[in-house]
Amino acid sequence: MPEIKTEQFFAASAAAMKNPKLRRALDRVGSGFDVARISAIDEVTPEVWEQWRQQGRDIKVHTIEHLDYYLDLLYTNVTAAGGQLHFANDASQANEIVAHIARTRNVKVATKSKSMVSEELELNPVLEAIGVEVWETDLGEYIIQLAKETPSHLVAPALHKSKEDVAELFTEKLGIPYDEDIFHMAATARTVLRDKFMEADLGISGANFVVAETGTLVIITNEGNGRLCTSAPRIHIGITGMEKVIPSMQDLAVFLRLLPRSATGQRITSYVSMITGPRRSDDEDGPEEFHLVLVDNGRSRMLADPALREALNCIRCGACLNICPVYQRIGGHAYGWVYPGPIGAVVSPMLIGLKQAKELPQASSLCGACREVCPVKIDIPRMLLDLRHKSAESPDKSQRSAKAAERTVARLYAMLMSSPRLLRLAVRCGRFLQKAERFIPFFSPLSKDGKWIKNAPLPPLSKWTRSRDLPTLPKQTFHEVWQKELSRDDS
Amino acid sequence: MTQDANITADLFVTCIVDQLYPEVGVSVVKVLRRLDVAVGFPQEQTCCGQPVYNTGFNKEARKLAKRVLEQFRDSEYVVVPSGSCAATLRVFYLELFSDDPELLSEAKALAAKTFEFSEFLVKVLKVEDAAACGATHQGTAAYHPSCHQLRELGVKSEPKKLLFSVPGLEEKELEGAEVCCGFGGAFSVKFPHISEGMVADKIANVQASGAETLVSCDMSCLMNIGGALNRQGSDVKVRHLAQILDPDSQ
Repeated sequence: MPEIKTEQFFAASAAAMKNPKLRRALDRVGSGFDVARISAIDEVTPEVWEQWRQQGRDIKVHTIEHLDYYLDLLYTNVTAAGGQLHFANDASQANEIVAHIARTRNVKVATKSKSMVSEELELNPVLEAIGVEVWETDLGEYIIQLAKETPSHLVAPALHKSKEDVAELFTEKLGIPYDEDIFHMAATARTVLRDKFMEADLGISGANFVVAETGTLVIITNEGNGRLCTSAPRIHIGITGMEKVIPSMQDLAVFLRLLPRSATGQRITSYVSMITGPRRSDDEDGPEEFHLVLVDNGRSRMLADPALREALNCIRCGACLNICPVYQRIGGHAYGWVYPGPIGAVVSPMLIGLKQAKELPQASSLCGACREVCPVKIDIPRMLLDLRHKSAESPDKSQRSAKAAERTVARLYAMLMSSPRLLRLAVRCGRFLQKAERFIPFFSPLSKDGKWIKNAPLPPLSKWTRSRDLPTLPKQTFHEVWQKELSRDDS
Repeated sequence: MTQDANITADLFVTCIVDQLYPEVGVSVVKVLRRLDVAVGFPQEQTCCGQPVYNTGFNKEARKLAKRVLEQFRDSEYVVVPSGSCAATLRVFYLELFSDDPELLSEAKALAAKTFEFSEFLVKVLKVEDAAACGATHQGTAAYHPSCHQLRELGVKSEPKKLLFSVPGLEEKELEGAEVCCGFGGAFSVKFPHISEGMVADKIANVQASGAETLVSCDMSCLMNIGGALNRQGSDVKVRHLAQILDPDSQ
């Protein structure tokens, strides 16, 4: 699996906040994707959209509840169509399945269309190690492959890069003159990749959905590269998570409405490819072999946990990233692993373990915007809370995000708030400290009028007053006002 | 006045109003009394437990939640001048006690009678016009909905109806009103760099709105936004809706 940097979340997010170039790039998720999403929904009316969302959710919930049945049905139908279905428990098994196919079929060149699961598995180095040339052919993926980076968004992997960044990259890696015209750059990538499509022995794709009743792999794309990857080479391998199975073509129709609108605001993408098995005897072209690799890699842990199971409903549209005020500021790389944003903060702890990803669920204001936009109504804030709870009360200290000091603060807080007498005493101490402050030399955390704390001496308040003022305690609490002025005034 | 005279409501004032903004609690009481509500205030109340619940310390949260269940067991209505704390009583307690049938049924009973302040006025007292409270306000105001009020309680139109019916008050549009201000409880001090970025955008929008006063139904958001405005030397005031509706508070 790719290098896991989730533990560096704090430092990485702080660095991202200071990166003005990144901020400009990220402005596009709100002003571009999310604005497009809203107008696509307005077009069908929010009422109709709500019905579709509910249909989508119902299908997903039903499928995940009966996953064993639908996987079995999928196996039957992939096999019946002449394909082979492989099941991989983890990343190394999945990579070995693909490597084995490549080795035994003497594959020299592989082209890939976009697949987040292959990023999760870190498949490319495995293939390269056995001498296979691997070419990412989605434009965004191609850019980050050249730059030796990882995707920063589920749908737009090179979102963090400006067109100037890409022009520089192309100059450096392809030895062409600097040209920041987007159409020219796309044409350059197209020329390079066109040859590779012709050379490739193996085409690797992801899958947005796999349909159990027909054994069909469905990819929805905008660039046409997916179609070339899955039809030109003699072997096609589709790789995806086991949760991507849906029961029927009728169900697919629901998701074909939900996914493009949620992801890019399109009514439908430029290409919708449905692939069932390899070339048939009467087909003029198409791959001779079709393999579907379904990956578990931690997903059954999610399935086993009732509080987190619904994360398996995710169709990877990226709408929750685009709306998230945290993602909008720090971008995808700060999250430290393949899946960023609100859904990533749920999926990563489940796939790579809470120990390494325990900071991610903390990094949310729980504003709930993600849940509001999710096309399958995943309750992300609840799952973040559940993960916070699992972390806080874990017997395994390595899973705890809260340091000893924070745990003590939580206990003291509960103690204080359980006793109105203690609370009164604490408030009096606070007021005394506020008054005593001016007698301490070289120590002036308060504003001149005493109404604001400008510069608190200790965390957590000092973290607040870095950039915000905090009101000081007033002369009376509401309790005191009530007793003096309000309690007998019930006219 | 209202048709529903003799309504009795107990105030859950919230710890932040109790400790930092008692004047908000006073305005809530005065507005309710003007609307013929008999207001009670259980003396033993402190905090709903959200700060510990949000950080995953459910054991501690349950301890505080049980106190609230007890103190408001006999209330006819519970009025909370905070969308976020009202969401804790009404939504989060149900989750906190989901594995304890007895406490869960108590939590359900509490949830059924708990209302956020603006929601109580509109839904229970059927007040939609601020004139019923005797409120007037000379000046411009914009409205910031809190995330929990909006997305946990689904209270969206009620506060605006009340606020923008105040005679003399001129409404200013707030760009990105429904975007989080960056408070998020412990989030604001655990990840101050991200929270600061969020509140910076919020106050930029507040200042661009041209409003003299920013109104909300959550003092936690207003502590965040107001604290950032004050640091910038802005003279935009922040006020709880109850303060605008209360003719004695200006």
